[in-house]
Amino acid sequence: MKVKVKFFAILRERVGKGEVVKEVDEGCTVKELWATLQKDHPKLAGAQTRLLYAVNQDYVSGDHVLKERDEVVFVPPVSGG
Amino acid sequence: MFRVSRESLNLQELVDFVTDPEAGAIVTFIGTTRNNNEGRRVIALDYDAYAEMAEKELSRIGAQAEQRWKIRRMAIVHRVGPVQITQSSVAIAVSAAHRADAFEACRFAIEEIKKTVPIWKKEVFEGGEVWIGTQSGQPLSPGK
Repeated sequence: MKVKVKFFAILRERVGKGEVVKEVDEGCTVKELWATLQKDHPKLAGAQTRLLYAVNQDYVSGDHVLKERDEVVFVPPVSGG
Repeated sequence: MFRVSRESLNLQELVDFVTDPEAGAIVTFIGTTRNNNEGRRVIALDYDAYAEMAEKELSRIGAQAEQRWKIRRMAIVHRVGPVQITQSSVAIAVSAAHRADAFEACRFAIEEIKKTVPIWKKEVFEGGEVWIGTQSGQPLSPGK
Protein backbone atom coordinates (compact mmCIF):
# COMPACT_ATOMS: atom_id res chain seq x y z
CA MET A 1 0.00 0.00 0.00
CA LYS A 2 1.05 3.59 -0.50
CA VAL A 3 1.44 6.36 2.06
CA LYS A 4 2.40 9.98 1.57
CA VAL A 5 5.23 11.45 3.64
CA LYS A 6 5.65 15.21 3.93
CA PHE A 7 8.90 16.79 5.12
CA PHE A 8 9.27 20.13 6.85
CA ALA A 9 12.01 22.37 8.19
CA ILE A 10 15.34 20.59 8.73
CA LEU A 11 13.99 17.30 7.35
CA ARG A 12 12.87 18.97 4.12
CA GLU A 13 16.38 20.38 3.72
CA ARG A 14 18.00 17.02 4.43
CA VAL A 15 15.80 15.12 1.97
CA GLY A 16 15.84 17.88 -0.63
CA LYS A 17 12.09 17.73 -1.27
CA GLY A 18 8.85 18.29 0.55
CA GLU A 19 7.02 15.09 -0.16
CA VAL A 20 7.50 11.45 -1.14
CA VAL A 21 5.09 8.59 -1.75
CA LYS A 22 6.27 5.32 -0.21
CA GLU A 23 5.18 1.75 -0.82
CA VAL A 24 4.96 -0.03 2.56
CA ASP A 25 3.76 -3.44 3.76
CA GLU A 26 0.45 -3.97 5.56
CA GLY A 27 0.99 -3.52 9.30
CA CYS A 28 3.89 -1.12 8.87
CA THR A 29 4.23 1.24 11.82
CA VAL A 30 5.27 4.87 11.74
CA LYS A 31 8.58 4.00 13.35
CA GLU A 32 9.28 1.28 10.78
CA LEU A 33 8.50 3.76 8.01
CA TRP A 34 11.06 6.13 9.52
CA ALA A 35 13.69 3.38 9.48
CA THR A 36 12.97 2.75 5.79
CA LEU A 37 13.22 6.45 5.00
CA GLN A 38 16.58 6.63 6.75
CA LYS A 39 17.84 3.93 4.36
CA ASP A 40 16.49 5.86 1.35
CA HIS A 41 17.88 9.16 2.62
CA PRO A 42 21.08 8.60 4.65
CA LYS A 43 21.05 12.26 5.69
CA LEU A 44 18.05 11.49 7.91
CA ALA A 45 20.07 9.09 10.05
CA GLY A 46 20.34 10.02 13.71
CA ALA A 47 17.12 12.03 14.01
CA GLN A 48 15.02 9.32 15.68
CA THR A 49 15.10 10.29 19.36
CA ARG A 50 13.89 13.84 18.94
CA LEU A 51 10.99 13.29 16.55
CA LEU A 52 7.26 13.27 17.09
CA TYR A 53 4.99 11.50 14.64
CA ALA A 54 1.82 12.82 12.99
CA VAL A 55 -0.60 10.82 10.87
CA ASN A 56 -3.40 12.64 9.06
CA GLN A 57 -2.62 15.75 11.11
CA ASP A 58 -2.84 14.17 14.56
CA TYR A 59 0.06 13.23 16.81
CA VAL A 60 0.42 9.44 17.18
CA SER A 61 2.87 7.10 18.89
CA GLY A 62 5.67 5.34 17.01
CA ASP A 63 3.83 2.02 16.99
CA HIS A 64 0.81 3.49 15.19
CA VAL A 65 -0.05 1.18 12.26
CA LEU A 66 -0.33 2.88 8.88
CA LYS A 67 -3.21 2.58 6.45
CA GLU A 68 -3.44 3.09 2.70
CA ARG A 69 -3.10 6.77 1.66
CA ASP A 70 -2.20 8.00 5.16
CA GLU A 71 -0.37 11.31 5.30
CA VAL A 72 2.64 10.96 7.57
CA VAL A 73 4.78 13.77 8.96
CA PHE A 74 7.88 13.40 11.14
CA VAL A 75 7.93 16.39 13.46
CA PRO A 76 11.33 17.70 14.56
CA PRO A 77 11.34 19.86 17.73
CA VAL A 78 8.86 22.67 17.11
CA SER A 79 9.98 26.28 17.52
CA GLY A 80 7.05 28.52 16.66
CA GLY A 81 6.33 31.79 18.37
CA MET B 1 -9.67 32.61 13.98
CA PHE B 2 -6.75 30.20 13.96
CA ARG B 3 -4.56 30.68 10.96
CA VAL B 4 -1.11 30.33 9.43
CA SER B 5 -0.34 33.12 7.00
CA ARG B 6 2.33 34.27 4.54
CA GLU B 7 1.14 37.87 4.85
CA SER B 8 2.43 40.34 7.43
CA LEU B 9 0.25 40.29 10.53
CA ASN B 10 -2.48 42.82 11.20
CA LEU B 11 -3.27 42.93 14.92
CA GLN B 12 -6.36 45.06 14.37
CA GLU B 13 -7.90 42.24 12.38
CA LEU B 14 -7.55 39.92 15.39
CA VAL B 15 -8.85 42.54 17.80
CA ASP B 16 -11.89 43.10 15.59
CA PHE B 17 -12.46 39.35 15.51
CA VAL B 18 -12.50 38.95 19.31
CA THR B 19 -14.46 42.14 19.99
CA ASP B 20 -17.57 41.13 21.89
CA PRO B 21 -20.29 43.11 23.66
CA GLU B 22 -19.95 40.91 26.75
CA ALA B 23 -16.19 41.43 26.98
CA GLY B 24 -14.67 43.85 29.43
CA ALA B 25 -11.10 43.16 28.35
CA ILE B 26 -9.08 42.29 25.27
CA VAL B 27 -5.49 41.13 25.79
CA THR B 28 -3.12 40.89 22.85
CA PHE B 29 0.34 39.44 22.38
CA ILE B 30 2.75 39.95 19.51
CA GLY B 31 5.93 37.94 19.07
CA THR B 32 8.56 39.91 17.15
CA THR B 33 11.91 39.12 15.57
CA ARG B 34 14.80 40.15 17.81
CA ASN B 35 18.16 41.18 16.35
CA ASN B 36 20.21 38.89 18.63
CA ASN B 37 20.01 35.40 20.09
CA GLU B 38 22.51 33.59 22.31
CA GLY B 39 25.26 35.97 21.28
CA ARG B 40 24.52 35.76 17.56
CA ARG B 41 23.58 38.77 15.44
CA VAL B 42 20.30 37.71 13.88
CA ILE B 43 19.49 38.89 10.37
CA ALA B 44 16.01 37.34 10.01
CA LEU B 45 13.90 34.36 10.97
CA ASP B 46 12.45 32.03 8.38
CA TYR B 47 9.39 30.04 9.48
CA ASP B 48 8.18 26.76 8.03
CA ALA B 49 4.87 25.16 9.01
CA TYR B 50 2.80 22.07 8.43
CA ALA B 51 -0.03 24.48 7.84
CA GLU B 52 -3.09 22.21 7.95
CA MET B 53 -2.02 20.58 11.19
CA ALA B 54 -0.74 23.84 12.69
CA GLU B 55 -4.15 25.44 12.24
CA LYS B 56 -5.77 22.40 13.81
CA GLU B 57 -3.39 22.58 16.79
CA LEU B 58 -4.01 26.31 17.17
CA SER B 59 -7.75 25.74 17.36
CA ARG B 60 -7.18 22.95 19.89
CA ILE B 61 -5.28 25.47 22.03
CA GLY B 62 -8.26 27.81 21.70
CA ALA B 63 -10.66 25.05 22.79
CA GLN B 64 -8.47 24.20 25.80
CA ALA B 65 -8.30 27.86 26.82
CA GLU B 66 -12.09 28.07 26.63
CA GLN B 67 -12.36 25.13 29.01
CA ARG B 68 -9.91 26.54 31.52
CA TRP B 69 -10.85 30.24 31.57
CA LYS B 70 -13.98 32.25 31.05
CA ILE B 71 -13.02 33.80 27.75
CA ARG B 72 -15.30 35.06 24.99
CA ARG B 73 -13.20 34.68 21.85
CA MET B 74 -9.64 33.96 20.81
CA ALA B 75 -7.68 34.61 17.62
CA ILE B 76 -4.18 33.38 16.76
CA VAL B 77 -2.33 34.03 13.51
CA HIS B 78 1.19 32.75 12.94
CA ARG B 79 3.35 33.88 10.09
CA VAL B 80 5.37 31.61 7.79
CA GLY B 81 8.22 32.50 5.46
CA PRO B 82 10.88 35.12 6.17
CA VAL B 83 10.23 37.57 9.01
CA GLN B 84 12.62 40.53 9.28
CA ILE B 85 13.93 42.15 12.47
CA THR B 86 11.14 44.03 14.35
CA GLN B 87 8.40 42.32 12.33
CA SER B 88 5.75 40.12 13.95
CA SER B 89 5.81 36.34 13.72
CA VAL B 90 2.76 35.59 15.86
CA ALA B 91 -0.24 37.56 17.08
CA ILE B 92 -2.81 36.53 19.68
CA ALA B 93 -5.96 38.32 20.84
CA VAL B 94 -8.28 37.14 23.61
CA SER B 95 -11.45 38.73 24.89
CA ALA B 96 -13.08 38.00 28.24
CA ALA B 97 -15.58 39.50 30.61
CA HIS B 98 -12.73 40.15 33.05
CA ARG B 99 -9.06 40.88 32.45
CA ALA B 100 -7.55 38.10 34.57
CA ASP B 101 -9.04 35.39 32.34
CA ALA B 102 -7.90 37.21 29.20
CA PHE B 103 -4.32 37.64 30.47
CA GLU B 104 -3.99 34.04 31.60
CA ALA B 105 -5.52 32.55 28.46
CA CYS B 106 -3.24 34.68 26.28
CA ARG B 107 -0.15 33.57 28.21
CA PHE B 108 -1.30 29.95 27.98
CA ALA B 109 -1.75 30.26 24.21
CA ILE B 110 1.77 31.51 23.47
CA GLU B 111 3.37 28.93 25.78
CA GLU B 112 1.40 26.09 24.13
CA ILE B 113 2.26 27.30 20.64
CA LYS B 114 5.91 26.83 21.49
CA LYS B 115 5.30 23.24 22.65
CA THR B 116 2.96 21.51 20.24
CA VAL B 117 2.23 23.42 17.05
CA PRO B 118 4.17 22.12 14.01
CA ILE B 119 5.89 25.37 13.12
CA TRP B 120 9.66 25.74 12.92
CA LYS B 121 11.93 28.76 12.84
CA LYS B 122 15.25 28.92 11.10
CA GLU B 123 17.48 31.61 12.48
CA VAL B 124 19.56 33.33 9.83
CA PHE B 125 22.47 35.02 11.57
CA GLU B 126 25.79 36.59 10.64
CA GLY B 127 27.90 33.62 9.63
CA GLY B 128 25.26 30.91 9.27
CA GLU B 129 21.81 29.58 9.90
CA VAL B 130 20.24 27.08 12.28
CA TRP B 131 16.87 25.42 12.79
CA ILE B 132 16.00 26.36 16.36
CA GLY B 133 15.28 23.35 18.57
CA THR B 134 17.50 20.96 16.65
CA GLN B 135 20.83 22.53 17.53
CA SER B 136 21.14 20.93 20.97
CA GLY B 137 20.27 17.59 22.58
CA GLN B 138 20.28 14.75 20.11
CA PRO B 139 20.92 16.49 16.80
CA LEU B 140 20.36 15.15 13.33
CA SER B 141 23.71 13.70 12.32
CA PRO B 142 25.28 16.83 10.90
CA GLY B 143 26.76 17.17 7.47
CA LYS B 144 26.48 13.53 6.29
